[in-house]
Amino acid sequence: MTSLAPIRSASAPADTPFVRIEGVTKRFGDFVAVNNISLDIHRSELFCLLGGSGSGKSTLLRMLAGFEHPTEGRILIDGQDMTNVPPYERPVNMMFQSYALFPHMTVADNVGYGLRRAGVRKADIKRRVVEMLDLVKMGDFARRKPDQLSGGQRQRVALARSLVRQPKLLLLDEPLGALDKKLREETQFELMKIQSQLGTTFIVVTHDQDEAMTLATRMGVMNEGQLVQIGEPRNLYEFPSSRFVAQFIGAVNMFEGRLVEDEPDYVRIRSEEAGCTLYVSHGISSAPGQSVHVAIRPEKIRLSHETPAGADNVVKGVVDEVAYLGNVSVLQIRLGTGKLIRATLPNLDRHESMVFEPSDPVYCSWGSSSGVVLTS
Amino acid sequence: MRRQGRFITVMTTAGLVFLYAPIITMMALSFNSSRLVTVWGGFSLQWYRELISNQALLDGAWLSIEIAALSATVAVVLGTLAGYVLSRFGPFRGKVAMAGMISAPLVMPEVITGLSLLLLFVAMEDLIGWPAGRGLTTLVLSHATFCMAYVAIVVQSRLAQMDGTLEEAALDLGARPWRAFIDVTLPMLAPALISGWLLAFTLSFDDLVISSFVSGPGSSTLPMLIFSKVRLGVSPDVNALATIMITVVGLCVFLYAWQARRKLHVMKQQAARHNRERILQVEAISQPISANANSAGKGRTACGSEFWKQGETAST
Repeated sequence: MTSLAPIRSASAPADTPFVRIEGVTKRFGDFVAVNNISLDIHRSELFCLLGGSGSGKSTLLRMLAGFEHPTEGRILIDGQDMTNVPPYERPVNMMFQSYALFPHMTVADNVGYGLRRAGVRKADIKRRVVEMLDLVKMGDFARRKPDQLSGGQRQRVALARSLVRQPKLLLLDEPLGALDKKLREETQFELMKIQSQLGTTFIVVTHDQDEAMTLATRMGVMNEGQLVQIGEPRNLYEFPSSRFVAQFIGAVNMFEGRLVEDEPDYVRIRSEEAGCTLYVSHGISSAPGQSVHVAIRPEKIRLSHETPAGADNVVKGVVDEVAYLGNVSVLQIRLGTGKLIRATLPNLDRHESMVFEPSDPVYCSWGSSSGVVLTS
Repeated sequence: MRRQGRFITVMTTAGLVFLYAPIITMMALSFNSSRLVTVWGGFSLQWYRELISNQALLDGAWLSIEIAALSATVAVVLGTLAGYVLSRFGPFRGKVAMAGMISAPLVMPEVITGLSLLLLFVAMEDLIGWPAGRGLTTLVLSHATFCMAYVAIVVQSRLAQMDGTLEEAALDLGARPWRAFIDVTLPMLAPALISGWLLAFTLSFDDLVISSFVSGPGSSTLPMLIFSKVRLGVSPDVNALATIMITVVGLCVFLYAWQARRKLHVMKQQAARHNRERILQVEAISQPISANANSAGKGRTACGSEFWKQGETAST
């Protein structure tokens, strides 16, 4: 994978964006599905659009494919205005959530369909279909009909069919949504491998945050038709810009509080919910007294039976529930203020070295750089 | 349980007798040598002989087939277009009105349809001189009009079940809308089109009321001929004709069912073969793991390296 690193790096040279979405809005009657979105996507990126159902992510994808036309705004692909170009004239292909394989055609005919429509010579079609099927490891199934394939095999055929025209941009609508968990995990890595091999720009729409985190070089979180935050998976997880993003990606504990001290390099927040003053080592630019939230991920909380020495933030509570998941244990802890928080404990040792039983008193602590202050 | 079983048997028999007794009676009577319905005069094929020499009846049968085939074809073309527009063009102005008006002929009394068509044809002949007189043209036009409604409904329900993304996939792969319709929609619609055509054919072949209004001299369809014959007293050569028709239809249905069963059988076999292959694959994969006790660890590493090898071949 290391040799592929240059292609998959997120910080691609930002000369001209490959796909430019300029102030795109889509209304269906009174309903605003996509609300004034602007987004640049670079060549060879694997960009994930993450959002719940009804967040407008699929509509945005369908506008890129040409099945819907924006009410306002423009879409440029490789420098060309594609806003009102019909789907059959775009250098873009799409892999559908349902795969949409033509049931009356064999696997080979399905994959070759796009080439036949492009008027490629018969011999070339045959060669390219074989190449594509080999790429997705479906070479032995060329003469089968789609209903004779399993879900995972159909997914591969759909991928081959959408790649065979060598699109400049490939759109994937929930590409792994119909597969079971084990298969999905394997296929994720294969998809990444194929993407880096071909260097095609991928835009993936998904509601599964694990999938987005795994696949994406960069991702955007959508909510109610708007793009809430864009960034590398790591940035979105560690530095969410809003409570929505923090809660949407991964689990998080949220403390409501009031700003009491705001210096350039640290803030102190008085939180009734935590029952103490929280110390976070990054400044925010806002007025004292403002209501803010402190977000802290469950895995960043350290648990101990005794008062931890030298910790920046300590709260005391009682273990409420323990769930043993194998790799980690998830603990629900009730603080003195009555608030429930969640902490995960990595399973480092096969012997139970650090055991917390329900109703055990416990100290939760975290460093000053573990939490994030959110103003919105 | 036993009594319930007997109840079902009795009811089924009663139902079947109710449905088929008239037909069987008629078929039996077609072989009756006596002209009287009430008297069995022994087995005879004389009515079949008489039928063959009855040119008027044969002409009527041929005309009916011709009209049915033509109007079914016209109805399938128009009905498909209507059904497609209704289920694929999204909401448009007047859609509800169009849907209602297309299905109106289904509930319209035939007498009214027939009368209004006759008035229309007469008025048209006066105004533009077409259709000149009444005959094959007017019959086909009228039959196509009411058959179209049935086809539109069959096509529309088929399209509603069909995954719309199939057409989008075709567009996405570079097919213009018309091309996508030919390549994807039409093959998927084929079963609906065939059943729509057959339905329209039957409806047209069977029609008496509307035909009576819009037919002209020398263009009497088979149902019209039979009906007029019956008015003069039942003649057994009509029984013979009906028996032939029932035999042909029965044969078609039987052949279709047989074909469908064979297809199902082939599909089942394919599925079974498919399953066998998969089981073999799974066994082949799991073999190294479950080899024997002391080489179990080795087996697992072998499995692992296999996995990585696969990965390498894919990346080259």
